[in-house]
Amino acid sequence: MIAGAQTAQAWLIPAMILVPFVGAGVLALLPARRTDLFRPVALLVSVAAGVLAIYLLTQFQASDPGFQFEVDQPWIKDLGISLTFGVDGISLFLVVLTGVIFPIALLGSKPHHDPKPYYTWLLVLMGASMGVFCALDLVLFFVFFELVLVPMYFLIGLWGYGERVYAATKFFLYTMFGSALMLVGLVATAVLHQRGVGGQLTFNLVDIAANPGFSTNAGRLIFASFAIAFAIKVPLVPLHTWLPDAHTQAPTAGSVILAAVMLKLGTYGFLRFGLYLFPEAAVWAKPVLMTLAVLGITYGAIAATMQTDLKRLVAYSSVAHLGFIVLGIFSLTVVGIEGGILVMVNHGITTGALFLLVGMIYERRHTREIADLAGLQKSAPILAAVFTIVMLASVGLPGLNGFPGELLALLGAFQTSRVWGVIAVTGVILAALYMLWAYQRTFHGRATGANATMPDMRLPEMLVMAPLVALIVFLGLFPGVMIDRMEPSVKALMAHVDEQVDSFQQTTYTFVGPAEARSGEGGGEHGGSDHGGGEQGAGGEQGGEQGAGGEQDGRQQDGGGR
Amino acid sequence: MTGLLALLAQSGEPIAPVVEQFVTPSIDVSMILPNLVLMLGGILLLTLVSVLKGRVPSWLFPVWTISTAVAAICTVVPLWQRFGETGPETGMGGSVGLDGFSLFATIEICLAVIFGALLLSDYLRRERLESPEWYVLVLLSASGAVTMVSADDLIVLFVGLEILSVAVYVLSAMHRRRLSSQEAGLKYFVLGAFSSAFLLYGIALTYGATGSTNLADIQEYLSVNLIAQNALLLGGLALMLVGFGFKIAAVPFHTWAPDVYEGSPTPVTAYMAAAVKVAAFGALLRVFVVALGPSYQQEWQPAIAALAVLSLIVGALGAIAQSNVKRMLAYSSINHAGFILLGVLAASAAGTEAALFYLLAYTFMAAGSFAVVMVVSRTGEHHQSLDDYRGLGTVRPGLALIFTVLLLSQAGVPLTVGFIAKFYVVTAAVESGFGWVAVVAMLTAVISAFMYLRIVATMYFGDAPEGAVRLRIPAATGVALGLALAGVLLLGIVPGPVTNMAHAAVAQLVAVGR
Repeated sequence: MIAGAQTAQAWLIPAMILVPFVGAGVLALLPARRTDLFRPVALLVSVAAGVLAIYLLTQFQASDPGFQFEVDQPWIKDLGISLTFGVDGISLFLVVLTGVIFPIALLGSKPHHDPKPYYTWLLVLMGASMGVFCALDLVLFFVFFELVLVPMYFLIGLWGYGERVYAATKFFLYTMFGSALMLVGLVATAVLHQRGVGGQLTFNLVDIAANPGFSTNAGRLIFASFAIAFAIKVPLVPLHTWLPDAHTQAPTAGSVILAAVMLKLGTYGFLRFGLYLFPEAAVWAKPVLMTLAVLGITYGAIAATMQTDLKRLVAYSSVAHLGFIVLGIFSLTVVGIEGGILVMVNHGITTGALFLLVGMIYERRHTREIADLAGLQKSAPILAAVFTIVMLASVGLPGLNGFPGELLALLGAFQTSRVWGVIAVTGVILAALYMLWAYQRTFHGRATGANATMPDMRLPEMLVMAPLVALIVFLGLFPGVMIDRMEPSVKALMAHVDEQVDSFQQTTYTFVGPAEARSGEGGGEHGGSDHGGGEQGAGGEQGGEQGAGGEQDGRQQDGGGR
Repeated sequence: MTGLLALLAQSGEPIAPVVEQFVTPSIDVSMILPNLVLMLGGILLLTLVSVLKGRVPSWLFPVWTISTAVAAICTVVPLWQRFGETGPETGMGGSVGLDGFSLFATIEICLAVIFGALLLSDYLRRERLESPEWYVLVLLSASGAVTMVSADDLIVLFVGLEILSVAVYVLSAMHRRRLSSQEAGLKYFVLGAFSSAFLLYGIALTYGATGSTNLADIQEYLSVNLIAQNALLLGGLALMLVGFGFKIAAVPFHTWAPDVYEGSPTPVTAYMAAAVKVAAFGALLRVFVVALGPSYQQEWQPAIAALAVLSLIVGALGAIAQSNVKRMLAYSSINHAGFILLGVLAASAAGTEAALFYLLAYTFMAAGSFAVVMVVSRTGEHHQSLDDYRGLGTVRPGLALIFTVLLLSQAGVPLTVGFIAKFYVVTAAVESGFGWVAVVAMLTAVISAFMYLRIVATMYFGDAPEGAVRLRIPAATGVALGLALAGVLLLGIVPGPVTNMAHAAVAQLVAVGR
């Protein structure tokens, strides 16, 4: 599966990671008085990296479940740490999302002061984010996982709003707390692996996962150390308090990237370094994590309903959406995980777009208080229209990109733990409540004072939003484009779990394959999205019946855990 | 039985003078060349300025000191090759060891000398204290430090410790006009003398228990004999641990450190933080891990674990309670000592390697950080509080950036040497089954990170006060800062060559060929 398989395009991933870093270096060396150069250079670099990411997408072999574009170079030989990179169906779209969202975030907002360090930090952040999704070495992953903190800390602290220093510090320390445990955990993984299997100390993910060599108890303990780090990053509910602060205080570009890319580090980590590396422990921890996920969905939705600040509302809605991802992943079904990955990408697009829109409103009105805004529809009809589309996508309207992911995640949950699935559905309803209500209060009603004279979207802003809206519609209609590419890898992952964990029986599904899903979309394309949704919904019921066996399995695991 | 009879038969005869039994040890000067260079450099400088009274320009002192340190490093190179070819050796009648460990530690000490001299040259000009004695003392103390890390005999080790300590006591009290400097010197001296006494007593007890002060002999004795009544040896271990614990500023023997670090002239603090730590840890590793390790590690590991955990926690918590940056760094050095103790605790080759690498990393981080403190505190060192760093990011962006990198490195952020160093010790500790101490260590790293971030936040997120002085960064200090920054980043991104060196630099004891 690994080693030697250096494909022809082995340069692609290193280039994708290095371009932003080199760009940041160039930017830092530019003379401070050439203020006109910073923005174009930063844009150019981020677009170049984005183009590389899209090129990667085009070169990706959809049928290959393994890692592609692999690179494997020693870094610190003495400790068995290597520069191992690779992309598979699970990480592919996160890499592409990173490549797409950074240029848009850069384009969509401007710093109010100190443009040079601002763009430099953004490019550093981009490089580190690319690296984190491609790293296949535990230490390398950790390096990038920690590295993203630094630029984000400065972005929030220097260009954020009101309570920025508090928010930045809280953000940094929360994540660092998790990664402190994770560092010891990953060292223990490698050491125990070496002890169990023999040979050199190695941190190579694929090697360790293929033959872990540690005991069940050790695996569970180490998984816990990883899980805490990821749960903070996701964030799962009791550990989420850094998120509303960080999101609200961050500058627009920071919020966009935080939501689109950085939150996904946690869920991606759960998949790659939780489920893949510790399948037994993941199966064991499934009830806890699903409970936390459902808690996140309902709590996030209720908290979002209560918010008076528009940005904070979007932040809490993220908590709910991320709950769906974790729910899908820990349903431990192929559909569920695919749904989880779909939500990861689509939440990145919609929430990124929402933060951009909220940023535009703030630029114009200098307030984010919902109570101060009213009737913006009249003064800014285009903004309102775009907001409507994005908001409906976020709510999960069929035909837009929010729908397929949540549906599949819920399907997965239904198959294995029906109760949690049922509770999670309330999150969908609540999402409609808080989003529509917020929209109603902000855009409807009588506009008075500054609300009545608020300028509408300008052309550059429209150009920023256009690709996002296009993606929202496109991925809503054709989720198969993504599912086709991720399915081999997800199936391989579940086969790996199946094989490694004796007590675990994979819940197979037969009712909705990518081909049928596409035919469903076909219906949607002709304006009959109801039809497509209905068909899939019927499949869901079937799945529910089938899932009874899986649920029993789940209970057995639970008992075994105690 | 026959031996006993022979002994009895001998004792009857009048005791003949046993002249032929005393073998003069062969002196291989090349083995202690780095040490000699440092010591002679110091003595020559002293002679030179005494003979040519007042006619030696003051710029010569730092140049001389740095050249001496560089020369010492140059003499290490052939020795390293020799060690690579022929393996570890012992010389001077088994009192001095030549192995990768001593050579690596020697390089670290010389680096500390270079940093110390660079900072001293600017500091002394600023404070109008220019005199050669500072440099002489730095060189002599470095010689003592090198003696400690290469000692194969407890007595030699003690002599090295005294040479190092006495010189550093004086250095910390050398700022004539500052009362806090005098206070620091006195405190350090009184408490240091106590700790030396503890160490000496411990050496005596160990000698009593094992019959030798030679480390190789002690190791061999303990591996061959099982001591039934080991109270004497355990007492010796405990007392030696107190002595070393004081020098490395491990909790609960740390109380002097914040005051002395704060009161001493900042370049001396930078030098002391690095060199004394390297020397004391080097000696600790040689005695505990190498000599007593194989047979007595079960006995001392719990004590070291306790010291490590306490140092980690007290260092981290103590630091966040401070408002004086120099004092914060002093407490953080206690936290770092706890991390290095993880490497000692591992009691393995990997642990020794990790501790050595951490010490190298700390040399760069401490020297750089204290250099920034020196610049910001301005003449008279009155500006050391956190408030004095407000707005440094706008007033002196370069300096603030360097300090940020150094602080992030101390916090253990990847792509800086601090991360690799922490990773190393954590790996060593986990490999030896001390995962829980590693967890404690990493959690305290988060607490320390809060303190480092507080400094960073003050520099960047606070507005510069009205009429903020644009600080002057003198040339030599700039060089020191650049070196520290380069070291921190280079070793953080491409640690390979140095980790390979550290891997070879494991202490080994060779019995004297008799």
